Amino acid sequence: MALLDVKKMNVYYGMIHAVKDISFTVDEGDIVTLIGANGAGKTTILQTLTGIVPLKTGKVKYDGKDISHHLNHKLVYSGIAHVPEGRRIFAKLSVLQNLKLGAFTRNSKDEIDESLENVYKKFPILKERSKQLAGTLSGGEQQMLAVGRALMSKPKLLFLDEPSMGLSPIYVNTIFDIIQEVHKEGVSILLVEQNAKKALSIASKAYVLETGKIVKEGNPKELLNDPVIKSSYLGE
Amino acid sequence: MDFLTYFVNGLSLGSIYAIIALGYTMVYGIAKMLNFAHGDVLMIGSYITFVFMSQMGINPIISVLLAAICCTFIGVIIERIAYKPLRGANSLAVLITAIGVSYFLQNISLLIFGANTKSFKSIVTIPPLKLFDGQLMISSESIVTIALCIIIMLALTTFINKTKMGQAMLAVSEDRSASTLMGINVNGTIAMTFAIGSFLAAFAGVLLCSAYPTLTPTTGAMPGIKAFVAAVIGGIGSIPGAFIGGLILGVLENLSKAYISAQLSDAIVFSVLIIMLLVKPSGILGKSNIEKV
Ligand SMILES: Nc1ncnc2c1ncn2[C@@H]1O[C@H](COP(=O)(O)OP(=O)(O)OP(=O)(O)O)[C@@H](O)[C@H]1O
Ligand SMILES: [Mg+2]
Repeated sequence: MALLDVKKMNVYYGMIHAVKDISFTVDEGDIVTLIGANGAGKTTILQTLTGIVPLKTGKVKYDGKDISHHLNHKLVYSGIAHVPEGRRIFAKLSVLQNLKLGAFTRNSKDEIDESLENVYKKFPILKERSKQLAGTLSGGEQQMLAVGRALMSKPKLLFLDEPSMGLSPIYVNTIFDIIQEVHKEGVSILLVEQNAKKALSIASKAYVLETGKIVKEGNPKELLNDPVIKSSYLGE
Repeated sequence: MDFLTYFVNGLSLGSIYAIIALGYTMVYGIAKMLNFAHGDVLMIGSYITFVFMSQMGINPIISVLLAAICCTFIGVIIERIAYKPLRGANSLAVLITAIGVSYFLQNISLLIFGANTKSFKSIVTIPPLKLFDGQLMISSESIVTIALCIIIMLALTTFINKTKMGQAMLAVSEDRSASTLMGINVNGTIAMTFAIGSFLAAFAGVLLCSAYPTLTPTTGAMPGIKAFVAAVIGGIGSIPGAFIGGLILGVLENLSKAYISAQLSDAIVFSVLIIMLLVKPSGILGKSNIEKV
């Protein structure tokens, strides 16, 4: 049974039909990636799933339950975390306050402290900067904070929207290493990336989006060798 | 000694402005709107206290608490009915609605309580404090008002910094979508903000009417506007700013009444606002932008 099962999702911005009849699944233990050009609708799909943009039609099942009418803040309680596009950290709050807000849905202080230690282990820089205002972190550090903050909710399913955007190659590698590490710890992942090559190399399933529609899906290793994908998304 | 008397009275008036300004500033910070009906909630709170205390003979403290609870509900209901449907609408539409709500509350009170002035009995019954052989007399209302204002400020600051709900408020004030992603109920947090502001408004109303014991349906209007000025001077969105702005405004108003002209005191207060907006639009403690884009 799929952990996340999206069927015929349609989303509009006014008259703009941004997501058209999209269906996809994320199985437990999967790293699923959605790739596609700018404006293809990747961010919109994630935002719809976490209730920031309203779903027009379609069905979303999570953990066997139909949640189509419950796409809102409560999903965090059932184990979905979302690292949004553009980081969206709380710039005027400290790094530690940001991380604690990530654990907003949890109550046990001991467990939260344990997650905090875990995040600090993955991103030692966040520990060094814990008292600093998040807005004063560098772009790459802010991205780490965004990922760390999402992990603080102890998710079962993690949405990542272009975690490597704007990062230098070293940081990109670090972020991808951490995504794989988190995956090994048992978190299923839905990854949206511009860096299609990197994304396809770690994914277990991939969907290719074009102007709101899925035009291809399948094994990422095969897509990496697909001549069309190569020329349009991998720049080869 | 006269100066000290005026100064202390100014601090007391300023404390009332500060408590009202808190409501403005919190709602502005979190819901991103100016709730111009805030002053009228204060007036309703005073009427409710008046009814419980003077007409039904209930103990003053209990009357005030009951009024504060009523105001809390009224604030939440106003938000739910008038403002929530306008989430995402442009700010002019919201502002006009708030002014509409303000007139609505004034006219409802006119209908229920009538136009004649009610003389409000002070809820403070302890004797005044005499200092320097009776040369400086501080009214018990002033003492209670200043003390309550300080307590409220400390309690609110602790609430914001130490509780999850308080942190949620900070998060929502900065980024609603990101707050949703943390599992925060944004609508609930905004409603909570109105609840707190309206709860405090009832206290401000009672303190105001205890010091200036005439109650009419427009009692809240002018203090409401001045508290708004105080919030802007202190830096709108900032809780300590509301405190400092309120005190500055109250002292300024009382001193100008005493030494310059009673008629001109309001003009002086608003001139300060204009100067502030020209010199430092973000207010004394206004947040400077540290975000990186
Ligand atoms: N708030 C909005 N209002 C109107 N149109 C929007 C809005 N957000 C996105 N769109 C439109 O919806 C389409 C999909 O946008 P979306 O942000 O989902 O694309 P994306 O695949 O994430 O692109 P990118 O790779 O550039 O992040 C685009 O055509 C975009 O212009
Ligand atoms: Mg995007």
